[in-house]
Amino acid sequence: MNTQIRRLFLVFAALFVALVAMSTYWLWKAPDLEARRGNPQLVVRQVTIKRGLIYAANGKTIFALNRKKRVQGRTWYLRRYPTEGLVAQTVGYSTIERSRTGLEKSLNDYLTGSNANLRTLFDRTVDTLKGITRQGNDVVTTIDVTAQKTAMEALAGKCGAAVAFDPRDGRVLAIASTPTYDPNLAEKKFAQILRIKGPCKPASPLVNRATNDLFIPGSTFKVVTATAALDSGRFTTQSTFDDPGYCTEYGKRVSNYADQDGAEVFGRVDFPTAMEHSINSVFCNIGKAIGPMLILDYAKRFGFYEDPPLETPSEERLRSGLYQGAKLFEPTEPNQVDPGRLAFGQERLLVTPLQMAMVAAAIANGGILMKPHVVDRIVNPDGNVVTRTSPEQYREVMSAGTAADLTAMMRLVVESGTGTAAQIPGVPVAGKTGTAETGRQGQNDTWFIAFAPADRPRVAVAVALHNQSGTGGSTAAPIAKALIQTLLSRETL
Amino acid sequence: MGILTAVGLTLIYRIDPDLAFKQGLWVVVGVVAFAFVVIFVPDYRRLDSLKYTLGIVAVGLLVLPALPVIGATINGASLWVAVGPIAFQPGEFAKVALVIFLAGYLRDNREMLSMGVGPAGLPSPKHFGPLIVIWGAAMLVLFQTNDLGGGLLYFSVFLAMLYVATARWTYVGAGLGLFVAGAYGLYHVKPHIAERVSIWIDPWKDAFDDGYQLVQSIYAIAGGGLFGAGLGQGVLLKPEGGTYIPFLETDFIYAAISQELGLAGAAAIVLLYLIFAYRGLRIAMLADDGFSKLLAAGLTATLAIQAFIIIGGVTKLIPLTGITLPFVSYGGSSVVANFLLVGLLLAVSNHVNQER
Repeated sequence: MNTQIRRLFLVFAALFVALVAMSTYWLWKAPDLEARRGNPQLVVRQVTIKRGLIYAANGKTIFALNRKKRVQGRTWYLRRYPTEGLVAQTVGYSTIERSRTGLEKSLNDYLTGSNANLRTLFDRTVDTLKGITRQGNDVVTTIDVTAQKTAMEALAGKCGAAVAFDPRDGRVLAIASTPTYDPNLAEKKFAQILRIKGPCKPASPLVNRATNDLFIPGSTFKVVTATAALDSGRFTTQSTFDDPGYCTEYGKRVSNYADQDGAEVFGRVDFPTAMEHSINSVFCNIGKAIGPMLILDYAKRFGFYEDPPLETPSEERLRSGLYQGAKLFEPTEPNQVDPGRLAFGQERLLVTPLQMAMVAAAIANGGILMKPHVVDRIVNPDGNVVTRTSPEQYREVMSAGTAADLTAMMRLVVESGTGTAAQIPGVPVAGKTGTAETGRQGQNDTWFIAFAPADRPRVAVAVALHNQSGTGGSTAAPIAKALIQTLLSRETL
Repeated sequence: MGILTAVGLTLIYRIDPDLAFKQGLWVVVGVVAFAFVVIFVPDYRRLDSLKYTLGIVAVGLLVLPALPVIGATINGASLWVAVGPIAFQPGEFAKVALVIFLAGYLRDNREMLSMGVGPAGLPSPKHFGPLIVIWGAAMLVLFQTNDLGGGLLYFSVFLAMLYVATARWTYVGAGLGLFVAGAYGLYHVKPHIAERVSIWIDPWKDAFDDGYQLVQSIYAIAGGGLFGAGLGQGVLLKPEGGTYIPFLETDFIYAAISQELGLAGAAAIVLLYLIFAYRGLRIAMLADDGFSKLLAAGLTATLAIQAFIIIGGVTKLIPLTGITLPFVSYGGSSVVANFLLVGLLLAVSNHVNQER
């Protein structure tokens, strides 16, 4: 029987090897498993790290801090958000139950001190050796609290977003989205957040409308069309057009914006006048003349069809461009696109407020688009800077001459055109309105993009609103004005 | 064995100090039982004559939990007998009785069972009969108690001993085939078993309800890494009390070991079982009579297979069936029965040494 007993042992040995192999397999799969919802492993390990704080640009106002709690002899660091709904969507939340969003998610490695940066690595090793609680790095954002408050107050009760950044270096000074929510509720009272109502359905308070919501750009896109027309040399500011009140496309009439007297008719106009009064027929004919591919080429120079640059998680940023159904659509043939409607921002164009702020900023900065960023610096617990964001050129969109021409046109819009509501005494403002009709009463997407002071720009803004019955000039322009006024009055800028 | 018990106690203490104290008491009872067997059973071979009595006792113990009044169903399996405040699992003791019975029975019949009859080399139905009967009994027990783990254990031990006795792979093959067929049949009849299998195939399909236990077990094993979080440092206890993995201190103790001692610690535990299997089977090889050989091999196989079934279950190698990890898991019946088992094994070993 001994042969059988020996064989039996070999069977047991094989079975036990299989057990160890299976355990090893799970170890190998660990990185995959850690991200799954309901896995307490990573969550508990992270919650025992003294998470870094998130500050406003002034380095004093705290957007996110820790609340200590003793759990089974260990200190847990749970998040608290003193500014509540002020920058909720951009800062995001970090919870045990619902994981993370916003900067809390994208900067998690820094905030938990698990980034592979040499200095942090050294600090971490020393801490471990000393048996000290691991500490994360603090994040100082570029957000100006006063401007942020102005934007949030102006947007209150609406579904919309406002973005303001410094066109010279890309610092995002305000990034507002409404309706908002209190991130302190995310851990235990998430259902309350889901019940938040707004003048749009769904109200989606968790969505960062500045980067993760799409609006029809309407006439604000005429700035992009004009950039293509002028910078390519196909048209000049002296070019003149005949406006019969409509433009003919595919044998059908596309009418100008209509008030109670019917469609407006301007007759013979020059390029700046067409911009000033946002004349659809003129832009429609420009579109037909230069073709959709050139317009889209310039749109891409502004950043369309790419993830808009920002430090928030990439899944919280949408690309701007033509959409077919729910998907971005990049035409390869000119005949796939209606050039006239594209030229005045209809067709199937959908954009984010951040993208349109980038359009305004590129013109403001003489044709050079700086990369927008919301993180100024990351500081380790000893106060040493781990990384600092330095201004970075994103694109050279157009020549300085084209930028100057466009600035002059956009100043006309505010001085005597559709955007007079954004006038600020003593400060020249350049802007462009947008009123995108969705075909349903009271459901227009309205816009205002602007920069100021027009002669030496320090701020570029975009304001976008859903479900409006008025025009961009009457709904969005006043919000942009308030935001610009607040920002220009800030000495630190 | 001592190390296994110590590791078990340490982890149980870490999970719940009160339980560790109770477990400590059971270990004492177990050691007394162990000493009793080693010292006061001078010739374990006299158990041979009691084999039919023990066989009946084993069946009786297995049926006990299914009886009204004293039977208790816990977690969908009727494994318990509750008499007053004391609840125990008779199955744990039944397995020892069963091994003694089988050792005696197989020794008597191995010659006949080994003989092939007919073209396929199968033994005559008369001798093949007991296999069918025991298979039927295992299935019946399984059906009665919902205890897939127990059924698998008893049947595997039976097959292992049958193979040792007859050297015929056909028995093992036929037996496994029958078991799978039987389990497949039950799969369609008993929702409890169907559920276990569907969890095994994809625990993440229902990671927050049915699959929760296994999913959490896998998270704990994966999260332990190579060397673990360290004793007392692992993520095992919920902040609001209780453990992330239900039954962590009993069936899922291997997950707790993996979490706190890492792959290294877990592999060491598996290695200890392998060493135990080696030592136990060596005793079987050195023994000079058939009864002793079969007894030692059967007792060793019981522990080794039991360890495999539960570790395989918590690592998702095989469908999860709740049985204890010998010596490590919390559980009075299990500890005492296993000490008893090892006591018998040692008695065989003593006898072997005396013969030389």
